[in-house]
Amino acid sequence: MSIRTPLAHVRGLGTAKDGTHHWWVQRVTSVALVPLVLWFVISLLAVSQADYETFRHWLSNPYRAGAMVALLAVMFYHASLGMQVIYEDYVRPEGAKFIALLVTQFVLFLLGAISIVAVLKIALG
Amino acid sequence: MSAQQRPLSPFMIGPYYKPQMTSVLSITHRATGAGLVVGTLLLVYWLAAAAIGPRAYAQAQVVLGSMLGQLFLFLWTWALFYHLANGIRHLFWDAGYGFELKDAAKSGWAVVWSSIILTLLCWLIAAP
Repeated sequence: MSIRTPLAHVRGLGTAKDGTHHWWVQRVTSVALVPLVLWFVISLLAVSQADYETFRHWLSNPYRAGAMVALLAVMFYHASLGMQVIYEDYVRPEGAKFIALLVTQFVLFLLGAISIVAVLKIALG
Repeated sequence: MSAQQRPLSPFMIGPYYKPQMTSVLSITHRATGAGLVVGTLLLVYWLAAAAIGPRAYAQAQVVLGSMLGQLFLFLWTWALFYHLANGIRHLFWDAGYGFELKDAAKSGWAVVWSSIILTLLCWLIAAP
């Protein structure tokens, strides 16, 4: 029998205190994506048929380029969080889940980097 | 049944439960989310082509303007509106509203119809 109190037994063995962080960030990004996606869709209606010069001129506006970078960054972050939940629910065994998650997060980060650099090149070029 | 043999998450898909409006919309939210992730490849390709130069951009316009490209973009548009509308439905649930079955069915149909109508509207406006 231990003379330590029940509280002393469990102290330090609990959660990392970030159990809700993933859930919360997914919500925060989704709230941010509502206006960003609406802006994106309405914008695409205007430039979907645009030629090269028109499109580059359109995107070189700093407000639009900024909104596009914000959309891409938040969108790929949200995508990464969402794919993580899907893998955690459906992919077994643990090793396959881990590899799928790692590969997806690397690819999504890369896609985010490529697209943001593309926007910046047009905006700053 | 021992703890080791308990059924894991997707066990609700299969013979144990009949598909319901709410569960079908829920799995569609995930499916559209995953589909949108795949579709971002086209968005990245388009933006990169515009950054590379006029020839790459013209080529991207041809690829995206092809039958297959347009079909993918059409489905991507619907997935985007579905995920957006159902995402807003989820945010209301997160805030504690709309849990009654009657309300969940009503908001569910609103998601289905708004996603279809907004998709068709976009394609009518953007049609060349």
